[in-house]
Amino acid sequence: MPEKKWMPRWFYQLASPKWCYQITGKLLPIFAWLALLCLGVGIVWALAFAPPDYQQGNSFRIMYLHVPAAILAQSCYMLMAIAGAIGLIWKMKVADMAAFAAAPIGASMAVLALATGAIWGKPTWGSWWVWDARLTSMLILLFLYLGVMALYAAMENPNTAAKAASILSLVGLVNIPIIKYSVEWWNTLHQPATFKLTEKPAMPVEMWLPLLIMVIGFYCFFAVSLMMRLRNEILRREKRASWVRELIVSQ
Amino acid sequence: MVEETNIATISMSQQFSAALKRDLLLSFRRKSDLFNPLIFFLMVATLFPLGVSPEPTFLADVAPGVVWVAALLATLLSLDGMFRSDYDDGTLEQMLLSPQPLMIVCLAKTLAHWMTTGLPLTLMSPLLGVMLFLPSDAMLGLVLSLLIGTPTLSFIGAIGAALTVGLKKGGILISLLVLPLYIPVLIFGSGAVQAAVAGLPIGGYLALLGAGLALGFVLAPLATSAAVRVSVSG
Repeated sequence: MPEKKWMPRWFYQLASPKWCYQITGKLLPIFAWLALLCLGVGIVWALAFAPPDYQQGNSFRIMYLHVPAAILAQSCYMLMAIAGAIGLIWKMKVADMAAFAAAPIGASMAVLALATGAIWGKPTWGSWWVWDARLTSMLILLFLYLGVMALYAAMENPNTAAKAASILSLVGLVNIPIIKYSVEWWNTLHQPATFKLTEKPAMPVEMWLPLLIMVIGFYCFFAVSLMMRLRNEILRREKRASWVRELIVSQ
Repeated sequence: MVEETNIATISMSQQFSAALKRDLLLSFRRKSDLFNPLIFFLMVATLFPLGVSPEPTFLADVAPGVVWVAALLATLLSLDGMFRSDYDDGTLEQMLLSPQPLMIVCLAKTLAHWMTTGLPLTLMSPLLGVMLFLPSDAMLGLVLSLLIGTPTLSFIGAIGAALTVGLKKGGILISLLVLPLYIPVLIFGSGAVQAAVAGLPIGGYLALLGAGLALGFVLAPLATSAAVRVSVSG
């Protein structure tokens, strides 16, 4: 079959679980060190050296965990849906495995974002939970993750489960902007914007630079955990392949 | 109905109407399936005054939300049966093999589902409105919002039903998959009724519900047919 040139070669190579296992093995330590560096520097800077907020004092520092977790929860859903689409269109096993590996990570990021938000909300707003548009849409995002995970858990055949979950995550992807806007309109209609945690009053550099480092660190950490889960999943599903046997025998 | 026709020559509209007729006929032969969601709808609405408060002013306040949530749950309850019996007896597999696109069958089944649940729920909703002391000015808003909103519920629900039809215990799973996707419909639907109660124009809400319906009409049969394929082959 003549090779089509419109897709880069690495894209096709990703389809090979063996190649994917090898390349992630090489990338994993790089990202692990990067994550360690960024998270270490970011945490120390954010918690010890960044200036306290002029209104919220030190309680705002939880933002350095909250914001990266919230960003990651959203991008992880994108990754899961896109990987699912690739799996559906090009029948790529590795993409299916990546989507499967991403779901629980995204769900835990959403939980982390909600939990840190609640902890921050108690001293700032005086209540653990407010039906704010952003909080509600994050909660719904968590529900979407849980639905995808429940579907994976319910189906025994991993190939069928991957296809079904991909369809569901794509439907969710179409719905996410609708949910986001509907919740925002619902909220603004019901109560005036009493709380605006996102109004960014031109943060000084000393405040947003550690946040940026934390976001990069979270992304690296996400890459590490995704690759670790993906490698496990590759070994589990390809356990009958000869290269996996050789790998296990050699260790 | 057995005619000597070549199946490949049946047009898409013929197949659509045949599938719709068949599904409607089947649900009218099993009348209990037809009435159960309606009874459920009525019971859920009865639970609220019993569980929270029979105070008329309070009930009037919560009525838009209660009626909409009850309609949503009643739709959810009936979703599992949408593909179940056709899957069990192999009809779905035959439909998959037909030369016409599977989307047509999915569209017909969704429409049949709406005509047997969403439409009766809409027609029954003024009764619930009276029970919950909804102001009579808002009745039209309630009926219109349900009329435009419930087909969207059927369209989204069809995707969930198709995804879980191959599973033994699909019931609770469908609600997990579908409920988060129902949230925009719920927000705009009950929003329309609340606006009607307050005497505000409801056109904007109805337009948004209509936009959702248009999107569901175009995209949902696509996803449903893909999901049916996965479930049948899996």
